[in-house]
Amino acid sequence: MDQLRSVPPHMRRTPFDPVDDLARCRAEAPVSRAAAPLGPLRVPAWLIARYQDVRAVLGDAAGFSNSSEAVRDYVAAVAGEETAERLPLSGPSLIGYDPPVHTRLRRMVAPRFTVKRMRSLQPRIEAIVAEHLDAMAEAGAPADLLEAFALPMSSLVICELLGVPYDDRAAFQRRGSAQLDLDLDLAGRQAAFDESHAYMADLVRGHRAGPGDNLLGALVREHGDELSDEELTELATLLLVAGHETTANMLALGTLLLLRHPDQLALLRDDPSIAEGAVEELMRYLSIVHTGVVRTALRDVTIAGTRIKAGDAVMCSLPSANRDESVIADPDVLDLTRKPTAHVAFGHGIHHCLGAPLARLELRIAFPALLRRFPGLRLAVPFEELRYRPLSVVYGVRSLPVTW
Amino acid sequence: MRVIADRDICIGAGNCVLTVPEVFDQDDDEGLVEVIDPDPAAGLRDKVREAVARCPSGAIKAIDTSEPDD
Repeated sequence: MDQLRSVPPHMRRTPFDPVDDLARCRAEAPVSRAAAPLGPLRVPAWLIARYQDVRAVLGDAAGFSNSSEAVRDYVAAVAGEETAERLPLSGPSLIGYDPPVHTRLRRMVAPRFTVKRMRSLQPRIEAIVAEHLDAMAEAGAPADLLEAFALPMSSLVICELLGVPYDDRAAFQRRGSAQLDLDLDLAGRQAAFDESHAYMADLVRGHRAGPGDNLLGALVREHGDELSDEELTELATLLLVAGHETTANMLALGTLLLLRHPDQLALLRDDPSIAEGAVEELMRYLSIVHTGVVRTALRDVTIAGTRIKAGDAVMCSLPSANRDESVIADPDVLDLTRKPTAHVAFGHGIHHCLGAPLARLELRIAFPALLRRFPGLRLAVPFEELRYRPLSVVYGVRSLPVTW
Repeated sequence: MRVIADRDICIGAGNCVLTVPEVFDQDDDEGLVEVIDPDPAAGLRDKVREAVARCPSGAIKAIDTSEPDD
């Protein structure tokens, strides 16, 4: 529990489950005060704990803003102008914009992430998964599942899709993880944002000059006149991070969870036809994105009897919503054969994860392939020695040493 | 049951297509919802209700026309 000392309760896990504080919030204080971590800085915010309220807030883009400027204004009001000035800024991109700008940008990329288009990638993703599993087998046990499989696999998929050189992966993986690291000092995180931005700006210049046969190239060809270089850079930076960090962490933490539930692991290994529902259940159960983007109330609003003022910061706890016993029966039970729930692990409302169909496909392919390739898969270190990253936008296990 | 969709609200998340591909699709140009079967057979109606619940943007609706479900 040492690791959890400085972690706000809404980001603590033990290590798969949200802490009891969140269950207490749902029962007694569905809207409570919590600390939003921004590097070493803690900013007071409202925490929404119940499923229905989380859906209501995330579904109300007119009532709650995603704008990073609005958060900055709020920080300036509660912690002073000087502190707000030091907040790391990534450039807003999709998740930091409200309509109509958000609508305009999302409409440009939505056709690139349709279910049909993602399905057309299935053979390629299957091949990538198989290649990486072969390489892992060849290198021999033990292996860090994150480094040997989850990260390179998801990185290669998003690199090919976007048009980012895979050879640059070591650098962009390091920067991506730093961008999401809420424990990093403000300057360190800002440096990660700046480096990522410079790297992507360079790639965007290349695609402007000669658009590739990939998403960045397509955006240049189809929307090149409507998109500024800055917008393209921000968008691509977001897609690159969101495209590999989330899937990789879900795959590693999900594998660990399955190793701790051998009966469930066996179900998925022996019957890949349950993979689609199993992935939904793993997503719901782990909800690796703690809250997503901090919202700012655009007007005074009352939620579950609590008055929230215009300008206040609001966080929606996704793990709490997905364990809400009033909506999901036996929410603390991992049941891969559960009837799919309308979970909010990908968020809700207009900012619902753009890459969800891709993430689902990668996970649906990768979990059964991994378990079938290594039927004897097990931890190579005692479970108690594993370390996690609660103070990151995306929760995960720091490394996952496995043997087989 | 009558299934309708509002493409102005749709964000193209694709949850409906994953839930009931017999009823929903996305067009290639905009990636937004298309109702391919506005009057789904009784056996699909639970799935349609599930798709409505899973839609993040509230773009799809299933209007109960009070026909028997089976």
